[in-house]
Amino acid sequence: MSIAMIFVTAILVNNIVLSQFLGICPFLGVSKKISTAFGMGLAVMFVMTLSTAATYLIYHNLLVPYGLEFMNTVVFILVIAALVQMVEIVLKKTSPALYQALGIYLPLITTNCTVLGVAILAVQKGFSLSLSVCFGLANAAGFTLAIVLMAGLRERLAQNADALPTAVRGAPIVLITAALLSMAFMGFAGIGN
Amino acid sequence: MSNTSFSNLTRGIVRENPVFVMMLGMCPTLGVTTSLENALGMGLATAFTLLVSNAVISLVKSLIPAMVRIPCYIVLIASIVTVIDMMMAARLPALHETLGIYIPLIVVNCIILGRAEAFAAKNNLFQSLLDALGMGIGFTLALCLLGSVREIIGAGSIFGYPLLGDGGYPVLLFVMPPGAFLALAGLIMLFNRLRRVR
Repeated sequence: MSIAMIFVTAILVNNIVLSQFLGICPFLGVSKKISTAFGMGLAVMFVMTLSTAATYLIYHNLLVPYGLEFMNTVVFILVIAALVQMVEIVLKKTSPALYQALGIYLPLITTNCTVLGVAILAVQKGFSLSLSVCFGLANAAGFTLAIVLMAGLRERLAQNADALPTAVRGAPIVLITAALLSMAFMGFAGIGN
Repeated sequence: MSNTSFSNLTRGIVRENPVFVMMLGMCPTLGVTTSLENALGMGLATAFTLLVSNAVISLVKSLIPAMVRIPCYIVLIASIVTVIDMMMAARLPALHETLGIYIPLIVVNCIILGRAEAFAAKNNLFQSLLDALGMGIGFTLALCLLGSVREIIGAGSIFGYPLLGDGGYPVLLFVMPPGAFLALAGLIMLFNRLRRVR
């Protein structure tokens, strides 16, 4: 699979959030404002690219030689947790504003299933190191696109909050918006097959 | 059974239902509920993980230093999930194949870590088991409800048995990704409505 195809597939056709349902918690939780959503997207992009590279190296140089492939879930989650901790420390020093904005959600990247999911998927698909990194970056870009679009829609929605029927206020309208967004992304289905 | 025990058991089923009220564990909720069978399989796998993790964590809570408790919990949970993953691959290969990536991802299901941190780390074994049982039932029920709605509307069948006669067309959209969001939105509206009436 070519690198360009990986990007098109991961961002548009098989969007990690809107068609594979990974990373729904931050997608629903941190998508109230475009700026926070973008920050979250960047943090995920950084962590995910690093973690797919790290997990690839650990899987092929440590787990496979010793026949410990079945331990991948345990090892990967530890690697990701350590990486997230590092990103948190770096952000706290370099960008306190972003650190404030992301607040509770930064440590939650550990339990953001996109990061673990993409690491496992990259290993399952048997990608090489460079393809794995591209796969991680592409899926993170797909996540960022989805969450920023969603935040844009929700900002517009919040301006007209009074016009909403009582029944759909809160979670339901967010889910309906996500459904429409996901429907729009279905238009890309079939590209690359 | 004392009052607290009963309330710990029932809390997860309606009042603090993980899916409809707390909005936790959304990824498997939306991802695998294309049919009732998948929903039931995923619900039970998660409930079982929750039961074991709550039990283990309530037993070892005094041994774990507070500073590193979250990484410890995650490693414990990941080990439990690995065992369940292997058991399912051996005993239920078809279901294991369908649920795919969502099985290892039980590790990062917020319900598991959430209950470990919010409940099992502070309560004894018995109460933690009750809490896990209630939350597990609540999660499984919510998944089955969503799975039934999506399978009936989207595939015109239930548990694989066709409901529509010749000439009936199911609304395919409901087994596709947008249908998951729509069905969940509908169910949450209904759930909120019922809670207001009560």
